[in-house]
Amino acid sequence: MFYMDWAGYYGVRSYETTHEAEYHAIRQAAGLIDVTPLYKYEVYGKDACAFLSRIMVRNIAKLKAGQVAYLCWCDEDGKMIDDGTVSRLDEDYYRVTSTDANYSWFARHTVGYDVVLEDSTARFAALAVQGPRSRDVVDDVTGGAVGKLKLFYATRTKIAGAEVIVTRTGFTGDLGYEIWVENDHAIAVYDAVIEAGRPHGAIPSGLIAMDVARIEAGFILNGIDYFNALHSMIDSRKSSPFEMSLGWAVHLKRAERKPFIGSDALKNEKQTGPPRLFVGLDIDWDEFEGLFAGHGLPPEVHSGGWRAGVPVYDLDGKFIGQATSGAWSPLLKKNFALASVKAEHGEIGNQVLFEVTVEYQRRTVKATVVEKPFFDPERKRA
Amino acid sequence: MAAKYDAIIVGGGHNGLVCAGYLAKAGRSVLVLERRGVLGGASATEEIYPGFKYSVYSYVVSLFRPHIIRELELAKHGLQLIPLECSFTPHLEGPGLVRWPDVYKTRREISRFSQKDAEIYPEFSLAMSKMAFFIKKIIDSPAPDPASLNPYELYRMLDLARHFKKLGPDMAYLHTQLLTMSAVDFLKLWFESETLMAPMSVSGIIGTFLGVRSPGTAYVLLHHYMGEIDGAFRSWGFSKGGTGGLSLACGSAAKSFGAEIRTEAGVSKIKVKNGRAVGVVLENGDEIDAKVVLSSVDPNRTFLKMVGGEHFDDDFTRQIKRYKFRGSSGKVNLALDRFPDFSCRPGDGQHLRGDVAIAPSIDYLERAYDQAKYGEFSHRPYINIVFPSMVDPSVAPPGKHVMSCFVQYAPYYIKEGPENWPSKREAFGDAVVDTIAEYCPGLKESILHRQVVTPWDMEQQVGLTEGNIFQGELSVEQLMFLRPATGWEKYRTPIKNLWLCGSGAHPGGGIMGSPGELSAKVLLSSREV
Repeated sequence: MFYMDWAGYYGVRSYETTHEAEYHAIRQAAGLIDVTPLYKYEVYGKDACAFLSRIMVRNIAKLKAGQVAYLCWCDEDGKMIDDGTVSRLDEDYYRVTSTDANYSWFARHTVGYDVVLEDSTARFAALAVQGPRSRDVVDDVTGGAVGKLKLFYATRTKIAGAEVIVTRTGFTGDLGYEIWVENDHAIAVYDAVIEAGRPHGAIPSGLIAMDVARIEAGFILNGIDYFNALHSMIDSRKSSPFEMSLGWAVHLKRAERKPFIGSDALKNEKQTGPPRLFVGLDIDWDEFEGLFAGHGLPPEVHSGGWRAGVPVYDLDGKFIGQATSGAWSPLLKKNFALASVKAEHGEIGNQVLFEVTVEYQRRTVKATVVEKPFFDPERKRA
Repeated sequence: MAAKYDAIIVGGGHNGLVCAGYLAKAGRSVLVLERRGVLGGASATEEIYPGFKYSVYSYVVSLFRPHIIRELELAKHGLQLIPLECSFTPHLEGPGLVRWPDVYKTRREISRFSQKDAEIYPEFSLAMSKMAFFIKKIIDSPAPDPASLNPYELYRMLDLARHFKKLGPDMAYLHTQLLTMSAVDFLKLWFESETLMAPMSVSGIIGTFLGVRSPGTAYVLLHHYMGEIDGAFRSWGFSKGGTGGLSLACGSAAKSFGAEIRTEAGVSKIKVKNGRAVGVVLENGDEIDAKVVLSSVDPNRTFLKMVGGEHFDDDFTRQIKRYKFRGSSGKVNLALDRFPDFSCRPGDGQHLRGDVAIAPSIDYLERAYDQAKYGEFSHRPYINIVFPSMVDPSVAPPGKHVMSCFVQYAPYYIKEGPENWPSKREAFGDAVVDTIAEYCPGLKESILHRQVVTPWDMEQQVGLTEGNIFQGELSVEQLMFLRPATGWEKYRTPIKNLWLCGSGAHPGGGIMGSPGELSAKVLLSSREV
């Protein structure tokens, strides 16, 4: 096993020496991914809905009990702090998940709301079961609790005698579920899920495998593809939801009656249009292979996802932005990157130059702006 | 009467479908005619036993050219390749040998047999990668003709010579050795442990009627090293849904470009008028005309059965008759009710997610060949086993598994005569199961269904002459400008408007797709259609 730091916890990079089998399990069978280090917050009380609606860019009042929403939240300037999910577990009970620590940001806005905020990060473990067979695995281990659960919904059930919440969510862009359980029962639940998963080809999968999957799905990662506005030294490091392809999640109409944090700035940006766009790049393989062949080498792609940040130029060689993460897609046989570029270069079909280092030399190859997600199977929604 | 189609392709195997894809993409009207109800030829998936999908004949993918996947957008049409994790050789004593994708783990495994071999293993792999890089240029373009004085052909030879020179003298010598040596002698240039060399040498005999100590087998070894998945040489994979998944993706791509595909439409004759192919006659008597006919079935069947020897001069007919098939392998497909448990590495694990080679020693392999030489199937054969259901649950019910066993030797010419294979079929199947059960004691009790495919069956079912899986041995005298006959290496044939597009043409078999691709490209650039 190889470990990496994840929010102060040990996260598993891969269970075996290479991650390939774990990636293919996510796309062909099911991968079991320990996502316990995600930050979790319980938000409950009479004003929980109003409170969250004030923080989040999405209108939480529209969320029915049992429903989950993916969204982001911003500072007063409409710059993103983090992205995550809000699950309405009961009428006045919500759970928020996030990539970064947000207790302080949430807590400083509770004044005037009848709401309880608890950082439950260390109280709950979370296990993602992702892949085309995940429904069979979770159904088998819960006695059929999720067969009819729709995408972005939650249900309460039991696994190995323990109370759990199962949400149909995930970070792989595939059919998938996340199981939330109190720490005391985590190991028993994990063992039960592994056992139920065996006949379906499910195996433990690490974070490298999940990263490749999330890049194929076009999902963004705080700290990699954008930065928490509260931690950014300079303005150019901050991003608005419109710049990160999250404009769809910004519910501005309600702001006329009840503003939310950042709504004024976001309204302006919606009118003027975002200065940058977050795009998918398909890196030209023939040119890429040609650069390597020039050195007598076969083409070499990064094993797993990369997140080093690579400059992107227009066809005249002018700097227009950066690719923040990418991966060779073993499924689609394409070399993809996610990039933030000046808006005028973000149109689908537009060609840009992408920097590649071959034998220590910096060169460029053509890349085309393509639709995201790169991979979006029907089974994810079905 | 004007022909309805620009091109008719005889045979809906992966090469025929790739060829159809390229021709249709270039705007030609194309009709593919497949005799069976399923597409894929020898790259087909069939649910022979309910719930279990067998890759009945060919079973792993590696040599398939990555640029074909890109150019025909096969990923969009459902092609998904899942890599094999490792190579496991079980032994009757000790923990066996597993070669992993990880260099250090592999070194540790090999060092149990030889410290020297463990450390030289990466050097060997590097040398083979360099060779594969060289060969790639040959397999990705039509074969040059050394006897031609045409300036383009001379340039091609010169270009290859330059490319060859770039390898450096050591590699050039090595390449010459590779063309002439036996797989075992070639491996001995690096290694000392026979236990290690045994499973490595078998790549040199796949699909040939030769033993690991027979000269010429070193080349076939390299042929199997050329496989690349995602740019990495020497990687093998499963096609999701079995090898038929690959054929279906090729078919779907061809259709999306406008090709028409008919199954249960066997071709009995290729119509020739005044030395020109003008169309085909179907088994049901229907006639369909086309400007060009491309045959993806093997040269023997194409020329001697579908066209008829009377249309060719003696020299050509003699060459085609001498072109070697002599199939040497069979296939046993099993449906299992649980995962297979090997005594030398008990339990489920990574070692079951690659291929398993029953190749305990070089003598074992040579003895298997000895029996075949005298017209018997090997009672203790070389077996290459995979469990595709371990990584692709779509081919078996939950918790159950498909076990695919490639078996060599099963000579087409058994001493009783090939037509007597059906009466030997089950005995052959028993020998295979008995052999594996020595390493995997619970196997017999876990078998729900067994399908035995002999070389005779391959000939009867998918039309592979003498059951040769490559449509003709991949021996040096049948490669490049010698495949299938001298002077006819570029997919044309002595019959005008009749072309070859299957594995019997350069660069040969192994689910590469190259003959289909290259024949289409040569035909298109000829502007004859």
